[in-house]
Order: sequence, then C-alpha cells, then structure tokens
Amino acid sequence: MRWTEAGLAMALAGFGGAFGQAARPAAPQAAQPSESMATATQPQTETHFAVVLDAAHGGSDTGARLGNGALEKNLTLTMAERLQELLRQQGIVATMTRRADVDVSALTRAEVANHAQAAVCLVIHATATGSGVHLFTTSLAPAGGSGTGQPVTAAGPRILPWATAQAAYVTDSLKLESELDAALVHAEIPVTMGRASVAPMENLACPTVAVELAPLAPGNTTRGRAITDGRYEKAVEGALAAAIGSWRTDRKEQ
Amino acid sequence: MISRAHKLLFGLLLLACVAMAAVLIRLRNRAQDRLQEQAAAAPSMQTAGVPPTEVTLYVPNDLDDSLTGVHEDLALPQDASAEAQELLANLVAAFRAPGSSHPLDVANGVNEVYLMPVPKAAGETSDPGQMAVVDLSGALVSAQPSGIEPETLTLLSMMATLHANMPAITEVHFLVDGQPHATLAGHADLTRTYLASEANPTPNPEAAEGTR
Ligand SMILES: [Zn+2]
Repeated sequence: MRWTEAGLAMALAGFGGAFGQAARPAAPQAAQPSESMATATQPQTETHFAVVLDAAHGGSDTGARLGNGALEKNLTLTMAERLQELLRQQGIVATMTRRADVDVSALTRAEVANHAQAAVCLVIHATATGSGVHLFTTSLAPAGGSGTGQPVTAAGPRILPWATAQAAYVTDSLKLESELDAALVHAEIPVTMGRASVAPMENLACPTVAVELAPLAPGNTTRGRAITDGRYEKAVEGALAAAIGSWRTDRKEQ
Repeated sequence: MISRAHKLLFGLLLLACVAMAAVLIRLRNRAQDRLQEQAAAAPSMQTAGVPPTEVTLYVPNDLDDSLTGVHEDLALPQDASAEAQELLANLVAAFRAPGSSHPLDVANGVNEVYLMPVPKAAGETSDPGQMAVVDLSGALVSAQPSGIEPETLTLLSMMATLHANMPAITEVHFLVDGQPHATLAGHADLTRTYLASEANPTPNPEAAEGTR
C-alpha cells in the first residue's frame, strides 16, 4: 500500500476490511448457482440465463429526493418489480437484491448478484438531475487488457482484489450498455453513457450497467415528462426488457 | 437616604449607558463587516501584482453529461496548492452562476488543496507526478444534488480542471471537511483515489463538446 497520508490509509483499510471479511473469488465460476433464489420465485422459467436487478438504496438510505415527495428508494424498487414482471413474461428469471423498503449493504447486494451467476446485472437508480436515462459502467480498467484488474486510478495494488471483480466483465458490460442504449434510443428516450465509481458495481461478477432514470427535459420535438410519469417509466422499462431479451438471443447465437 | 430625584437621575444614567453600549456594538459590527467585504473584494496578497494567465475550467452540463472547456483570465498565486485551490474556487463559482448547466449553490466549495508527490512504484523510472488531496466543504456536499450523474460530473470537472492547468497533478483524492467520506452525496465513491486524466477532456477545449 503506497498511501502516504494516514487518514486516507485508515479510511481505505476500514472500507476494505468491512467487505474483506467476506471476500469471495472474483471469478463467477467459483460460485455455486443460487437455485433457491433463482427457482423459488420462477420455477417454470429458464434457469441458464439469470438476471439480477439491484434496486438501489432502501430503508434508512432514501437516495435522492425526486420532487413532490417522491423518494429514489421507492421508485427504484417499483421499477425493479415491474421490470422483473416484464422479464418473467419473456421467460427470464430475475433475482432482486431487495424486495422491500429495507437497508441492504453493498456487500449483501454483491453476494446476491454473484451467487446468481447472472448474465445481466442492472443497478437501478434515479435522480432529479439531467434528462432521460443515464447509463454507467464501472471505471475499473479491464482485467487482462491494458489494465491488471486494478482501478484505473492506481499504478499499484491499492484496493484488494475482491473489490475489482467487475474488471473481468468490463468488455461485456460495455456491450450490454450498448444493447440498452440501442433499445432506449429506439424508444425515443435520450441516453447518456459514462463511467462511474459507485458501490456495489465494482464487486459484481457479471456484465453490469447502472441505469439511472432522470426526468425527461422538453426537446425540440418531444415534451418534458416528470420522473414519476407512469407512461415515461413504462417506456423505459419496456426498452430495458427488450434489450435484455436481445442480449439473451445474442448469447444463444454465440 | 436617597432622594427620589437621585433615583430618577441614576435610572436615566443607567439607561443612557445601555443605549450607548448598544450603539457602540452596532458601529463596531458595521466596521467589521466593511473590513471583511473589502478583504474579500481585494486581490489576495498572494496574487497582488501577478499578471493574469489564461486557464481552462471544465464546466459540466447535466443535460448531456459532458464537460466543456471555458477560458478565463485569472491572477493565480505562485504557490501550487493555492493555485489549485484558486482554480477550483473559480470552477465552483461557475457552478453557482445564474443559468448554470450544473447548478450547485455553494459559496465556499473547497476548503484547501494539498499537493504531495506520488511515490514511485517498484521499477518505475518516470516521475509519477503529484496527488492533489482536495478538501471539499461540508456546504458543497450539502448542496450537491444526489445522483450518479451529477455527483460524478462534479468530481470529473474538478479533476479535469486541475489536470488541464497543472499537468503535474496525476491523481486526485477527495476529503470532506478534512475527513474521509464514503460518497459525495450517496453515489460517487470518495474512498478511492482518482486518476486526474480519468475525466479525459479533449486537448482542445474550444472543440470540447461531449468530452466524456
Ligand atoms: Zn441512487
């Protein structure tokens, strides 16, 4: 560890330690499939293509205030539930990291996701800022490529390997992001794409994209829509479900 | 035995004393406010006599998730830490300006910037540069809209501005009021150290549209 400032070193050690106790191998092959989770809810559906939906925040963590008393934690859960139903209609199993308004740690979210051996992990957020849908992939450098599985920030190993599970999935995550982008644009929803460092994305051993819903700003040809506008939310959820369907088809063809 | 007239006189004198004290306190406060205003308006001792240089501030746009290079002429202090702080102070002022594309209503967003050399890794021969430890104010964190996009843009714009104007800064770490902080406002990770070039603005700021 090359930290020269004691405060920073302590902060990092504390953060790493909290998760480090339950550190798991980054490779998904090492994890066992979560049959209880995958099959208990959807016994009739396909089990080889699992999806994890992470409704961000919950419990004491309300997330962003979205106006008119709406809280991000409630919107993310509602969106995840509706998306799960849309996927079920396509015969796709979706595991939720939470099903109620409860606190769920980043570690638990990562454990649920990594246990499911998922082909898609969507981390669902919402914000009152910006317009349309913001898609984010990890800011980790890809493992085995130009990077070494460490964050792009570091020339040396500053973060423990458990924290960089997503590095092995960067290429797939970018492809998944592209699939989601195409479906959203097809649904005439503006999309921005970027890289970000947000828990628990870096710990997820699956192709992962954070989907952040923002209000729809009025454009030249489109009218503005509030983030809580049911039609707007449904259009986004429909596009996400369609993209995951295409992703499954692409995988089968490979 | 104190006469009634004496009592009255004593009461009036006491009242006059209290009134005079109140007036004096008020005058003192006014003078102090005036001095503070003058100090804020005048160039700091560090920049007095320094000719302004052109700098590039990378201003975020929440609507398209981009950073745009904006040129400004600033008289920057000679001290590198003070220079970094001045750059960020001007960037935060742009956040606060009317019609801002990344509204963040905070007067003092950055308490201090500390610069320290990045230690060389084993076998590394080139200079790894400097790490800027940016101590954000609690007021900035309170004013920061919550969300992955707005929080990430605040950090990226600071990183890009520092790196563009002070290329020796290669890494950036953020504190809040001198303490480590988990996230900026519930999303963007502040426990990690960022590579200053991560914001990746285009080299020519005039052509900087959608720089991410
Ligand atoms: Zn969120």
